Amino acid sequence: MNYTFIALVENKPGVLNRVASLFRRRNFNIESLAVGRTEDPEVSRMTVVVDCPNGDMDAHKIEANLYKLVNVIDVQDVTRQPSVTRDLALIKIKVGPEKRAEVNGLAEIFRAHIVDVAVDSVIVEITGTEDKIEGMIELLRPLGIVEMVRTGQVAMTRGVNDGVRRVPGVAGNHRFEDMSELAEMAP
Amino acid sequence: MKKTGAEILWECVVREGVEVVFGYPGGANMPIYDAMLSYPVHHVLVRHEQGGAHMADGYARASGKVGMAMGTSGPGATNLVTGIATAMMDSVPVVFVTGQVAAHLIGGDAFQEVDVTGITLPITKHNYLVTRADEIAEVVREAFYIARSGRPGPVLIDICKNAQVEQCEFVYPETVKLPGYQPVDHAPKDALERAVKLIEKAQRPVILCGHGVLVSKAEEVLMNFAVKTQTPVASTLLGLGAFPASHELSLGMMGMHGEVHTNMAIQNSDLILAFGMRFDDRVTGTLKTYAPHAKKIHVEIDPSEVHKNVAVDVPLVGDLNTVLTDLVPMVDEYDHEEWKKQIHNWKSEADKRSIMNWPDDGKLYVPHLIEDIWKATGGGAIISTDVGQHQMWTAQYYALDKPNRWLSSGGAGTMGFGLPAAIGAWFADKEQEVWAVAGDGGFQMTAAELTTAVQEGANVKVAIMNNSFLGMVRQWQEFFFEKRYSAVNMLSPDFVKLAEAHGVPARRVTKREEVDEAIAWARSIKGPTVLEFRVEQEDAVYPMVPAGAALDQMIQRPARA
Repeated sequence: MNYTFIALVENKPGVLNRVASLFRRRNFNIESLAVGRTEDPEVSRMTVVVDCPNGDMDAHKIEANLYKLVNVIDVQDVTRQPSVTRDLALIKIKVGPEKRAEVNGLAEIFRAHIVDVAVDSVIVEITGTEDKIEGMIELLRPLGIVEMVRTGQVAMTRGVNDGVRRVPGVAGNHRFEDMSELAEMAP
Repeated sequence: MKKTGAEILWECVVREGVEVVFGYPGGANMPIYDAMLSYPVHHVLVRHEQGGAHMADGYARASGKVGMAMGTSGPGATNLVTGIATAMMDSVPVVFVTGQVAAHLIGGDAFQEVDVTGITLPITKHNYLVTRADEIAEVVREAFYIARSGRPGPVLIDICKNAQVEQCEFVYPETVKLPGYQPVDHAPKDALERAVKLIEKAQRPVILCGHGVLVSKAEEVLMNFAVKTQTPVASTLLGLGAFPASHELSLGMMGMHGEVHTNMAIQNSDLILAFGMRFDDRVTGTLKTYAPHAKKIHVEIDPSEVHKNVAVDVPLVGDLNTVLTDLVPMVDEYDHEEWKKQIHNWKSEADKRSIMNWPDDGKLYVPHLIEDIWKATGGGAIISTDVGQHQMWTAQYYALDKPNRWLSSGGAGTMGFGLPAAIGAWFADKEQEVWAVAGDGGFQMTAAELTTAVQEGANVKVAIMNNSFLGMVRQWQEFFFEKRYSAVNMLSPDFVKLAEAHGVPARRVTKREEVDEAIAWARSIKGPTVLEFRVEQEDAVYPMVPAGAALDQMIQRPARA
């Protein structure tokens, strides 16, 4: 099952490499990883979607190992939290003028936009959850997708909710006072 | 006041309390070596950077301080890699400083340029690439703090040559600012209470004492806990010495070559108290059948070790010393008489097979030799080992009552560790007797450091257990590969002549009756000595839990006909 983590990291050179290297070293597969700046110039934010075949045990492992990186400030698991997740895709479709209207129709249904039109192709930009994007791709595929790029998922919890923090980590970050959940993970 | 980057490095290093540095100069760290001359730091010129890394490691293990080793860029730095990985696997605080080509040359495949921070990323606790002089003070301050705090480990600082020579204002940073790095001390109260409940119910508890006991200096509070609850204490390889071997509650070493009654106690226990250990595969045997009846309490500072190999019932994440200090007043007194008697019975049964009961047949057996050294040194020497059969025998028979005297590469299993680690340990306390026990194979990997010992006058006694085999591999081939010996016959140089060529007095011992006198001779000489023992060639380390077998499925020493 795919888990989604939000990691706040120090905005320093090489931190992305440290995080990526950690997943490789501990034998986890990254499904997607998006990184960018935050409201604080010293902090970057990563959204990492990872395959966790052993469920919460793996999620705990990932959190705990991320905390071992000196530059990682905070890790939350938002997999089961009410949250907004978005992915952005640019999809180039090989269509001549005769089929542009069809693409435009599909785009409207998915609230996507046509952002570029060439003689024999168009680029569609779509933002949404992974499911929504997958849905649109399926419909566009018969028309002839020639190129596609996706940003990977970004996530934010709704309201004042935080994600789950299993690891007693950094002071002041709602460290897990009650370790019972960790104990219950034991099979 | 303006200073060069190299000067700032030493200003900071001296403030961290570093007195001795093990290293090797080269093109990319010459400014560092030049500036060093003005600071009160003793430099040990090693013969190979790997030796320097192990020396800093041995120094750190014996002293409890942070060790420091240096190398130049490129091959100088890559030669450190084995030593860095060794320190990482055993959580030893060492700061490594390497030279790097000038910042503007990075990425251009310049002479002796290697991506050292890239190479060492997975084998350091943290590492830094420094491109400007004004970064150095902060980085060095952080590096030492990270190396020694929390779960200790190696930190590498790669300093570009331009940063070493450029000048900037030197301001010593009084504090470190690491928002993402704050090791925890106390475990939560409710978790402690749940642990106490498990301890109350236990009839057959056993403590697993790991390296963490030594790291957090928790020997005394461990003793209080063990005595108050009358819980027997088994030790990991690296935990040896944290609980006195002569204590009636001591079970000795657990695991693949652990003692029979120790492994039996673990497998039959109903409560495991894992203190500062990480359930390595060498101590658990197959996980499927590991301690099947036991509830498990795991006191551990590194959350990523919790549930990693063995799922536990109560994790207590925090500093072991702090957690145990909190826990001791919360637990009641117990006696566990029946349980201790049961363990004693297992021990008596297993002892019948002990090689210590063999009559003298004129041959040299390593276990006997280790005991002889133990007797001669009153069990009080610092003892380092290489890796293999002699390492296990030393762990089994050099019974340690005091902490920080046992230097062995446990997690990484690094051959060539013994001699340099012993030299490093000697710098930690020059009055302390230091022995390095090595096999004929491992000794040859770092034998060149004998000259380093001579140059420094390091009073290190080397005992080479020469069986003309790579003994542990041979043993596995005997047990698990139908005795098809492959690449284990080892031709060695004349070790006595080799030592003498280095200027080290040496003797060869082939008979049992020569042993005591030879050990006494070695101890009487001030400075390094080498003893080569020609030992029984095909003896095996017993007991042995084969890889993948259950912990109580041990191959025991065959009974003597």
